[in-house]
Amino acid sequence: MAEYNMHILVCGGTGCKASQSELIKTNFKTRLNEFGLADEIQVILTGCFGFCEKGPIVKILPDNTFYTQVTPEDVDEIVEEHIIKGRKVERLLYKDPETHEIVGDSKGMDFYKKQIRIALRNCGFINPENIEEYIGRDGYAALGTCLSEKTPDEVIRMIKDSGLRGRGGGGFPTGLKWELTRKSVSDQKYVVCNADEGDPGAFMDRSILEGDPHSVLESMAICGYCIGADKGLVYIRAEYPLAIERLKIAINQAREYGLLGNDILGTGFNFDIEIRYGAGAFVCGEETALIHSMEGKRGEPGVKPPFPAEKGYNGKPTNVNNVETFANIPVIINKGAEWFASIGTANSKGTKVFALAGKINNVGLIEVPMGITLREIIYDIGGGIKDGREFKAVQTGGPSGGCLTKSFLDTPIDYDNLVAAGSMMGSGGMIVLDDSDCMVAIAKFYLEFTLDESCGKCTPCRIGNKRLYEILEKITEGNGKLEDLDRLRMLSTVIKDTSLCGLGQTSPNPVLSTLDHFYDEYLAHVTTHKCLAGQCKALVNYAIDTDRCTGCTLCFRNCPVGAISGERRAPHYIDKSLCIKCGVCFEKCKFDAVLIA
Amino acid sequence: MNKIKSLADLKKLQSEVQSKIKLREKGDNPDSLIQIKVSMATCGIASGAKETMTYLIEELDHQGIDAIVTQTGCMGYCYAEPTIEVTIPGQKPVVYGFVNKTKAQEIIEKHLKFNEMVDGIIPAAYATINN
Amino acid sequence: MEMINLTIDHKPVVVRKGTTVLKAASSIGIDIPSLCYMKLDDMNIENKPGGCRVCVVEIKGRRNLAPACCTEAAEGMEVNTHSIRVVNARRTVVELILSDHPADCLICAKSGNCELQNMATHLGIRQIHYQGEQSMYREDTSPAIIREINKCIMCRRCETMCNEVQTVGVLSAVNRGFQAVVAPAFEMNLDHSVCTYCGQCVAVCPTGALTEVDETGAVIRALSDPTKTVVVQTAPAVRAALGEEFGMPAGTLVTGKMVAALRRLGFDYVFDTDFAADLTILEEGTELLNRLSAFMEGDKNVKLPILTSCCPAWVKFFEHSFPELKDIPSTARSPQQMFGSIAKTYFADKIGVKRENLVVVSIMPCLAKKYESSRPEFSVNGNPDVDFALSTRELAHLINLGNIEFKTLPNEEFDKPLGESTGAAVIFGTTGGVIEAAVRTAYEIFTGKPLPRVDFEELRGMDGLRKATIDFNGTPINIGIAHGLGNARKLLEDIQAGNSEFHAIEIMSCPGGCIGGGGQPYHHGDAEILKKRQRAIYSEDKNKTLRKSHENPYITKLYEEFLGAPMSEKAHHLLHTKYFDRS
Repeated sequence: MAEYNMHILVCGGTGCKASQSELIKTNFKTRLNEFGLADEIQVILTGCFGFCEKGPIVKILPDNTFYTQVTPEDVDEIVEEHIIKGRKVERLLYKDPETHEIVGDSKGMDFYKKQIRIALRNCGFINPENIEEYIGRDGYAALGTCLSEKTPDEVIRMIKDSGLRGRGGGGFPTGLKWELTRKSVSDQKYVVCNADEGDPGAFMDRSILEGDPHSVLESMAICGYCIGADKGLVYIRAEYPLAIERLKIAINQAREYGLLGNDILGTGFNFDIEIRYGAGAFVCGEETALIHSMEGKRGEPGVKPPFPAEKGYNGKPTNVNNVETFANIPVIINKGAEWFASIGTANSKGTKVFALAGKINNVGLIEVPMGITLREIIYDIGGGIKDGREFKAVQTGGPSGGCLTKSFLDTPIDYDNLVAAGSMMGSGGMIVLDDSDCMVAIAKFYLEFTLDESCGKCTPCRIGNKRLYEILEKITEGNGKLEDLDRLRMLSTVIKDTSLCGLGQTSPNPVLSTLDHFYDEYLAHVTTHKCLAGQCKALVNYAIDTDRCTGCTLCFRNCPVGAISGERRAPHYIDKSLCIKCGVCFEKCKFDAVLIA
Repeated sequence: MNKIKSLADLKKLQSEVQSKIKLREKGDNPDSLIQIKVSMATCGIASGAKETMTYLIEELDHQGIDAIVTQTGCMGYCYAEPTIEVTIPGQKPVVYGFVNKTKAQEIIEKHLKFNEMVDGIIPAAYATINN
Repeated sequence: MEMINLTIDHKPVVVRKGTTVLKAASSIGIDIPSLCYMKLDDMNIENKPGGCRVCVVEIKGRRNLAPACCTEAAEGMEVNTHSIRVVNARRTVVELILSDHPADCLICAKSGNCELQNMATHLGIRQIHYQGEQSMYREDTSPAIIREINKCIMCRRCETMCNEVQTVGVLSAVNRGFQAVVAPAFEMNLDHSVCTYCGQCVAVCPTGALTEVDETGAVIRALSDPTKTVVVQTAPAVRAALGEEFGMPAGTLVTGKMVAALRRLGFDYVFDTDFAADLTILEEGTELLNRLSAFMEGDKNVKLPILTSCCPAWVKFFEHSFPELKDIPSTARSPQQMFGSIAKTYFADKIGVKRENLVVVSIMPCLAKKYESSRPEFSVNGNPDVDFALSTRELAHLINLGNIEFKTLPNEEFDKPLGESTGAAVIFGTTGGVIEAAVRTAYEIFTGKPLPRVDFEELRGMDGLRKATIDFNGTPINIGIAHGLGNARKLLEDIQAGNSEFHAIEIMSCPGGCIGGGGQPYHHGDAEILKKRQRAIYSEDKNKTLRKSHENPYITKLYEEFLGAPMSEKAHHLLHTKYFDRS
């Protein structure tokens, strides 16, 4: 068999694909062909590398060269310089944002140093459209071991011992869930993979399905073996076309290789998987709503109990796990429960994938051991706050979570600590906020999301959240009163206490958490009618400091409504009656002469 | 593709296809493996560096020695091409000049297997290859 | 049966496993307020989405409050139904509902009958702390039902009736979040949908979101028009329920008072739809016997079973959903339409009034009757056979407007000739009644012998699907009965599949038959009320001297003087109809 002595991995995740990574791959192939190197150098499209901030990524192995922000036009240079002459193309290498030093290979990048990749083990490593590459990485070995050498109870025991908890948000122990579904007696059971990822900013499930779809299929089959199901369903949002495409390819290949279908590996075990499409409703991530949606009903949650483990899809016992949870299973089987349990904290084992976003240098997807501190994530992996601004808070758990402030920077992150801090793990969205973010506006932003995504079934979520939002709107528009702050808290409490499903029960969390940690900001909004971060336009007035103004006319030239006047080299003025508070003058001024009052 | 009929079949296929991505796995753990860098600038290629590299890769694979063979730019020893740099984990790199197939075989047999230096070492007049 | 011990408000209670906290509480006299929840006992109708969250209670050890309506009692459970936390939450939830509800109680059709209004009163809500934007939907008017969608509180009862009970599938929740509302697909209007106008949605709506089209004003105008002769007909189920509107116990028969009230309202002739019901039996019964005889003579083309056709919602249902079966139902018009047709021909001639000057008003337990009377095939030159079809509730409004003290009215008799009826006609008002009435007549005509008994208990009851075999003097006749369109669908699917064993099937759209019609006084989820009305109907039958339709002397006279014989050409023209494919 022809051996390649060099591999070029081009990121084929959704983000990089949007930046022409497919063309990059084609260009590589063409150029290598021209140089007669097609047989020696392999070019493949992989899943996401996680370092989305600097995509498209091209990684060259075996020397681990990590090229960032590669354009299709850069390919010539990489081939001619790096491939032919062995000289790395320096301008495309990653530069450390702090030290500005060039980092030649991915091993030296802080972004990767503290990561442990279990769920993402194959993302950015294998060609997700080639089952053999997955098999070469121990793929389907866990399924084989389970089917040939272990009883379902032994496998469940292993999952329980590993301490794996649901990665979709709730953190329910996975082994226990499997055991409950196993114990339900029925002629038919189902394994459902919840790929209805919906938290704003979170995209780990998409990345896993795009980069390593077989790991999910393998786990679903293992789960089917454990609970006694021969049918699996992947509920995926139709907005994930690439993930769907790769999943389809993977399912077909697995069938072709006899790893799905009847009599898998000659053990008599049958299991097959179908894809079901969601329309992208956030609430369909809730398992009962998801099941309703799959049944062709309106995607709204039902009252639990009964839990899906007893009565799920079509009224049959159903085990629902999230993509990331499934992606951990084969590793646990292959490396052992003890190995997995050695990573993490007392009650949160293994790793968690987070989607880093917001005001942080290295936006992207990271997988870190449980127990890592926020500081390590933000400053070491994330490369610190953008533009050297000051860290204010990080929002975890998406719209159901809360804000963690500076005082939590050194708290080890796990399920329990996040809840204790008034937030939650959620599916792993992590949005970093800096001192220019108004916390009232942030709370409003998240509530607006839940408002849109509420199914409208229960009163507190349908109307309560609307009223909560209206109060926040009133405050950010400068019409808030002191008693509104009490009302916010009281209404939030009732909404949490009375809502039907997890969406409503957690929707006021961003409000409560910001009220707890940033009460001063709220107070400023309602008493002195000031927005300290300058975000709430209605509360902001722009003025020009005449001492600082040099009369450069930059603000005058950029003001879209002609509200600024002044002679060249003389102080300028803003006409408040014309100003629309767009903030352009503030951003443009090079002398810090535009003030927010 | 015939269906995989048993765990043994799966393991067989796994060992067959593993080599396809072995290179990448090696790249993932560069510090724990023997690294050989072949100088592949114009002069090196002209002197047969490509043949040397192919030989190294094939022979190491054949003998089952885990090593990373990569190409690098001009090391500056144009007079002694093809040149290669050998790094045993935990040791300082050693550079050999005039590495043809025979020399390469000797390096594999002695240096890589028994950590014995072979003739033809070019004195280290540099700190590391990347500088 | 496993028993569960729990305490509710510190009182111990033992219930069967599977009992909800709501029911467990009510069993010891603790009435937990609930809004969306509805259960019609013994009728297999239950709505418990757990959506309104009014019935929340505190359960020790649970993080959140739990809805009592859909939380099962568990061993050792400690429930508190009115802690400060619960009361605050419950009041807040109701305040929230009110904050998105038009405050036009004073002029709302449902005022006084509104469960939301009652809830606000019960909880003593005097202020809505959370004011804000209110939903603004357009009103949807159809021939029978008005949807005032702003008043929808998403209890989903109508949805349960429309989808699960009736399997019509018009109403379901659409949109998300604050915009979520129950509506036909794509928020179409009802009259563009497959709605049958059965009115079961109206019957269960807790607020004024779903009400009937009010035609009382038009009737008053007709009554006060000196050029018009106004005739009224009253359906059998009305007399068994109208009293409820005036505070009388459910199941009180008010036939005589109703006649008296109608006369005082100024109707020129107070007639009875029951007369037309007897007529229906002769037409439909003859049709049944014709088909049966042909079948027994080996005619392969004859369609059996024959299906009753009195129920307009049912007619619209099969026209939409089973158009390929449109040859199976009897071609006989409903009693309402037969009455209108006879009134505007035979009776108009008799009293010498021109058709245009005769106004026929019907009082119906039904909303689909409004739609039925508007069907074009039931009018002559644009003049409908039945001008206005009022619901039982609308009649009560009229009586109130007439300053008539209903309870103290004397009992009066219907006018002749279209007011005479038999017991067979009265039982049209309940499920099983039409087919029992048909059996009473068909038996005697078929066998030529008098009935050995008049009461066919085997055809009565409240089960959604019933069947019985009646021995027609050696010939077994298989009869099927369905009430509720969901049950009807099952029988129709059997017919479609060629698996039907029946010769005749009675179908009524509403659970319980017409006594449970969409135009009846609101039962507010109490199935007992329906059963009491049913008993009243059967007792009226029992008290009648004449109990077989063919014994009605005025019917005999009608045939002699006007129609000739059942299924005659004239009868065909005036009393039969055809059906349309509306799929």
